[in-house]
Amino acid sequence: MNTGDTAWVLASAALVLLMTPGLAFFYGGMTRSKSVLNMMMMSFAALAIIPILWVLFGYSFAFSPGGSGVLGGLERLGFDNVGVATAYGTIPEFVFAGFQLMFAILTVALISGAIADRARFTGWIAFIVIWATVVYFPVAHWVFDFGSDAGGGGWIATKLEAIDFAGGTAVHINAGAAGLALALVLGQRVGWKREPMRPHNLPFVLLGAGLLWFGWIGFNGGSALGANGVAGLALLNTGVATGSAIAGWLAYEFVKEKKGTSLGAASGAVAGLVAITPAAAALSPLGSVILGLIAGAVCAWAVSLKWKLGFDDSLDVVGVHLVGGLVGTLLIGLLASSNPGGVSVDGLFYGGNAELLGKQTLAAAAVLGYSFALTYLIGRLIDVTIGFRLDPEDEVTGIDQVEHLESAYEYAGGAGGTPFKTGV
Amino acid sequence: MKLVTAVIKPHKWEEVREALAAAGVAGMTVTEASGYGQQKGHTEVYRGAEYDVSLVPKIRLEVVVDDADAETVVSTITGAAQPGKIGDGKVWVIPVDSVVRVRTGETDEAAL
Repeated sequence: MNTGDTAWVLASAALVLLMTPGLAFFYGGMTRSKSVLNMMMMSFAALAIIPILWVLFGYSFAFSPGGSGVLGGLERLGFDNVGVATAYGTIPEFVFAGFQLMFAILTVALISGAIADRARFTGWIAFIVIWATVVYFPVAHWVFDFGSDAGGGGWIATKLEAIDFAGGTAVHINAGAAGLALALVLGQRVGWKREPMRPHNLPFVLLGAGLLWFGWIGFNGGSALGANGVAGLALLNTGVATGSAIAGWLAYEFVKEKKGTSLGAASGAVAGLVAITPAAAALSPLGSVILGLIAGAVCAWAVSLKWKLGFDDSLDVVGVHLVGGLVGTLLIGLLASSNPGGVSVDGLFYGGNAELLGKQTLAAAAVLGYSFALTYLIGRLIDVTIGFRLDPEDEVTGIDQVEHLESAYEYAGGAGGTPFKTGV
Repeated sequence: MKLVTAVIKPHKWEEVREALAAAGVAGMTVTEASGYGQQKGHTEVYRGAEYDVSLVPKIRLEVVVDDADAETVVSTITGAAQPGKIGDGKVWVIPVDSVVRVRTGETDEAAL
């Protein structure tokens, strides 16, 4: 085991942990003032529940030796058969398990943005338990488990050999497809398209985007699982792509509206972070500029789809995470470069053949299809049993008061809606 | 006595206050208000979704004056509050039955 590698992954785990409270601010600022607490609590519920599942069986289902390629083995149930001296590559297995725990928490929390204002809290808790078990842990096994010299490992990582450095498929396409399914299960909010649903605190959104960016250095940089040049490449590419995606999103807005919005800047940052996640070690820094610009502009366009197609993906989990994840995962097939040495294959634009693009497409489609189908079933199951959708009257009153017995802010308007009335 | 109520643009408030002070108005009540008339609202854009925000911020000021002063106060406010555009605001006057000064119990004109 290598102390330098261990120290970096330990630090990265702390960085990734901070992303979930950061996400709570990013999402919380975008809701109306009467539902900000519920939105932030959905992230904190993931922080509460996923660690318990992780210890009981989650880590084993994802990473235990003896897995089938579709699901991990059972040797790590209850963290059995692991000690401080057990190694995972060059780092202790406890360090790897702690680092990966933070990914599981964040992925579940990401989905919550699709169902703002209207999901019963007990339904959400049930969803976390079932979804993590049935969808996230297996998919993490597919993508993140590279097995050992003795074999094993997930089918996308070791059989298909698609490139997903830090979770473009397992985290973002997965959460984005789940968000779409849940938005369909729960349906549109009362008054959607008719009443204004403006973000109540854009400084929160910018703060959250900043915290996410900061944490993402560990998300992508730490995914090298070592303190080395690959971590450096991933870290640099992450910064480059994120900045470029802000530029791409704002450029789209300037063409459409002749102005640049702060929500667009924050959203562009997250779109860039999402898109570079699978590609962080596969691109050159120049390729990352191109990926970022494309991701920012494409996601800026994609957030308009929900209005046309009529699904209330409240905070654009689909437009940012599903679409951004697809952009990043597929662009690897075009822009991958073996030049910096992070990967050993080249994409189409760098002299490679179409095989890599095919693998990327298959990996993306498999995760998208699996996550969407299973999430839809889980959502329906919860809705017909314990109930998932809030009562419409309670929804209009405000989910914070009804589900949490609290108000976020003490001022007039907190009880009855936004202080301004508008006509869309 | 008359109650003069004016709804004006926030950025004209300071000029109106100075003009009223120069005209001898000793006090007034001011609230931050929101509303709309012919000006309508404005447009805001969030992730490409355009919202017509119909209510715009306004200042509402109220002055109670002698019958004889009402016209002067109205013309002072309209003079100071207008660049002459839609949205400058409105001033209206209504009669007041009685006024009492809380501290002394003085009534009507003596209480102004």
